[in-house]
Amino acid sequence: MEHQSRWFRLFIHLMALLVALIILMPLAWLFVMSISSNADLSAKPLRWWPNEIDISRYATLFDRSDNSAGQAFMASLFNSIKVAGMATIAAIMVAIPAGWALSRNPRLGWVLGGIIATYMLPPVALSIPLYFILAKFGLLNNVFGLGLVYLSILAPFVTWLLKSGFDPIPKDLERAAAIDGARLDQMLRIVILPLAMPVIATATIFAFLLAWDEFFYALLFTSNQDAKTLTVAIADLAGGRVSDYGLIATAGVIAALPPVLIGILMQRSLISGLTNGGVKG
Amino acid sequence: MTLKLRAALMAATALCGTSAMAETTLNALFMAQAAYSEDDIRAMTASFESAHPDVKINLEFVPYEGLHDKTVLSQGAGGGYDVVLFDVIWPAEYSENGILLDVSDKITEDMKAGILPGAWTTVDYDGKSYGMPWILDTKYLFYNKDMLKQAGIDTPPATWAELQEDAQTIKDAGLVDHPIVWSWAQAEAAICDYTTLLSAFGGDFLKEGAPEFQTGGGLDALHYMVDSFKSGLTNPNSKEFLEEDVRNVFQNGDAAFALNWTYMYNLANTSEESKVAGNVGVVPAPGVEGSSSVSAVNGSMGLGIPSTSENPDLAWDYIVHMTSQPVQDTYAKLSLPIWKSSYEDTAVTAGQEELIDAASKSLAAMYPRPMTPRYQEMSMALQQGIQEALLGMASPEDALQGAADNSGL
Amino acid sequence: MFSERMSPRALLLMLPLVLVMIAVIGWPLVDTIRLSMTDARLAGTSGEFIGADNYTKTVSSRNFQSAFWATMRFSVWSVSIELVLGVLVALLLNQRFYGRTLLRALMILPWALPTVVNATLWRLIYNPEYGALNALLTQIGMLDAYRSWLGEPSSAMTALIVADVWKNFPLVALIALAALQAVPKDIRAAAISDGANAWKRFRYVIMPYLIGPLMVALVLRTIEAFKVFDLIWIMTRGGPANSTRSLSILVYQEAFAFQRVGSGASLALIITLIITVLAVAYLMIMRRFAGEAR
Repeated sequence: MEHQSRWFRLFIHLMALLVALIILMPLAWLFVMSISSNADLSAKPLRWWPNEIDISRYATLFDRSDNSAGQAFMASLFNSIKVAGMATIAAIMVAIPAGWALSRNPRLGWVLGGIIATYMLPPVALSIPLYFILAKFGLLNNVFGLGLVYLSILAPFVTWLLKSGFDPIPKDLERAAAIDGARLDQMLRIVILPLAMPVIATATIFAFLLAWDEFFYALLFTSNQDAKTLTVAIADLAGGRVSDYGLIATAGVIAALPPVLIGILMQRSLISGLTNGGVKG
Repeated sequence: MTLKLRAALMAATALCGTSAMAETTLNALFMAQAAYSEDDIRAMTASFESAHPDVKINLEFVPYEGLHDKTVLSQGAGGGYDVVLFDVIWPAEYSENGILLDVSDKITEDMKAGILPGAWTTVDYDGKSYGMPWILDTKYLFYNKDMLKQAGIDTPPATWAELQEDAQTIKDAGLVDHPIVWSWAQAEAAICDYTTLLSAFGGDFLKEGAPEFQTGGGLDALHYMVDSFKSGLTNPNSKEFLEEDVRNVFQNGDAAFALNWTYMYNLANTSEESKVAGNVGVVPAPGVEGSSSVSAVNGSMGLGIPSTSENPDLAWDYIVHMTSQPVQDTYAKLSLPIWKSSYEDTAVTAGQEELIDAASKSLAAMYPRPMTPRYQEMSMALQQGIQEALLGMASPEDALQGAADNSGL
Repeated sequence: MFSERMSPRALLLMLPLVLVMIAVIGWPLVDTIRLSMTDARLAGTSGEFIGADNYTKTVSSRNFQSAFWATMRFSVWSVSIELVLGVLVALLLNQRFYGRTLLRALMILPWALPTVVNATLWRLIYNPEYGALNALLTQIGMLDAYRSWLGEPSSAMTALIVADVWKNFPLVALIALAALQAVPKDIRAAAISDGANAWKRFRYVIMPYLIGPLMVALVLRTIEAFKVFDLIWIMTRGGPANSTRSLSILVYQEAFAFQRVGSGASLALIITLIITVLAVAYLMIMRRFAGEAR
């Protein structure tokens, strides 16, 4: 094994500490802001820990009484869950058969290339017609409409993830099932899906996080509590009466909590999912 | 597949529709910035709802910066908004694109007689009314009474030149690093400050439809801004401030003077979070010797009904309620009423006599920003020009010439 | 043989995806192309055919050129810093130290933080009067007086890049780390016993394993950076003096704020074209690299 001098080991530890600080400090500050009073946040010199912990903003945002700021915020939270949930389920449903077909037919490689190439399209290039199309079907400011639009981002991505996930599953199993007279759907359901469960789970999480994060389409295609998502709600808070920094931070903490918790809990499979894409290309 | 999906969607939307039949829901779009607070608007709305138990009103608050785009974009949505707040600068564009209903024939004689004439200019374009005035607003000069006293200044400045002198005195006395704070971020807020100065210097935005702001008073206004900025008398962060930043700085006692809307008076002078409560003075924005005694920008806003609304009559009832004299008088702390007689009502004026006094002069001097369907574009070009000059990227002459060339007019 | 028998079935299996893609990508894209040759407006007129007018006007406009360079500066700087920092941190994470597992786990946090929250957080940090950055730098003596970060053209762009790098370098680091872990230990050991110095070991032993994944990260990050909207929209809205206005923000303004969807569409397609050219160029370089490595 490599011999490491004490100085080198010290250097490595210092660097690791630095990286940890760089990552943690902004996040910690977001949390501290959310529990600091306004006086502490506008103090000069700035106070890094509040004199008195103030959790009133959490109460404000979770307050669901009629026509309150909390009700509007919670509505956007549920809209985000609905839109991301629907888009994810739909994307997985179209991507499973397609990903399987692509995995088993190398000659369809160009189709896969085309699907991945859609990633190059900036949302602004689709947004104008999508606006007119949604308007025509009465789907503007509608969670179904927004979910449908999110499919344009999720479906290609999930198909590609699942295709790489299906690749290592041996074809022998399918052959054996075919010889036993299994129909196409039976083959998928009984043979492939159980084996591919882990990769499907990972793809589901990725798709959900991607939809949770989306802002541009939501900004354009929603106008009120019926469909407005969390990302737009936060942008509205941050751009409006900006004097209450703590409230903005609190909204940020709440919006970040689901993906961050998923990130921590599912770390291993997420990292392998992320890096697989990178390593395999 | 898509057909099935569409059928499912239609069924789902139909379901939502029937369940909502029991009560009518109106969607209203407001801003979370300046004028009435969110809480005020929620309370005003609640009183309408209690009088109309079968009506439910969904309130939507967006930053001022999102108000125009949200209104325009909701055109495609059948169930978009029923009531929208609009700025004085948009009726031209909205009328050209048919965005708001013409409500001229709904306006009664009582309204016409009772509401201040200046307020009507907010909602009128080309002889038609596109809503009711709701917020009657202009920019005032706020000052910190304590600081002026400590610096030995007896009366607040009456001209823009005096403002510079007083600011210098205060800076020299070491009371505050940067005495004046403005909202000069790349946003409409900067145009409002610029317009105030332009009117003081006797400038014009347009002449026969072509840009005129790059010469005369318009150019003087920008020169004034740049000089004040470079001298350090103006808070250098003004270049990234919106109104709320100005209020924050002023009520933290970090500025002696501030240009801001009506709403800042009571928030800074009475609220618990303000460190300058009780010390806030307000006067009309000053004038320029030889051309004006006071200056003001018309920053009023109105409530209108989008042409896509399915309940225009109910929407009008709601607007009438929101703009009615009793409602306006009850919530007169953050935005002054549009009704003439309110200004003689002691219940309205009590505790804010200084503001009312300033308003009587400022509201009469309100200067309009240009009425053109392409206002958004002109404004954006002008914002860029103002910022270029402030940041020293171009001389005021070149910056305004560039803005004029880029204004699309 | 099996796959050839599958073909008609494969098409059936592909059908749902293809239909969805046509509905939400293909049709809108074709319509964008049509709109880009009209003078259509968002409300009112659906537009007359005006040929390539929008394109010539767009490309020659001052707004387009400044937005193009702003987008380029943002993309080139963020992506390069993310790659360099990512590789350095990956090399670090590949060393042995106390708390390594924990630090590797922390790397997922910035990636998981929603972009909008990231942008809002950094805007608060950069606040000129009450922000944490000014407070921190003055308290540790690196700054004499509070300054404006998002109000100066020079520092505003840098501030945006820092916010973007903070969120995205951990992802590059994780990808690079996975590649490093794929380097067989015996090859490393052999290089060390041959007396190769640290740089040579990196260049000849580690690089060949790293280059493929890094190129993929480079392509993906460049495409994303070029599309940037959320971050800038929330932090500066394109200011000061439009110095941080990206192409995507310009399209938004043109199509939705000024309601000129025709010229907005032409602008959107020009962006798509630029991204495609960049991606294809990268892919060709990648092929060449792959050829050399073998």
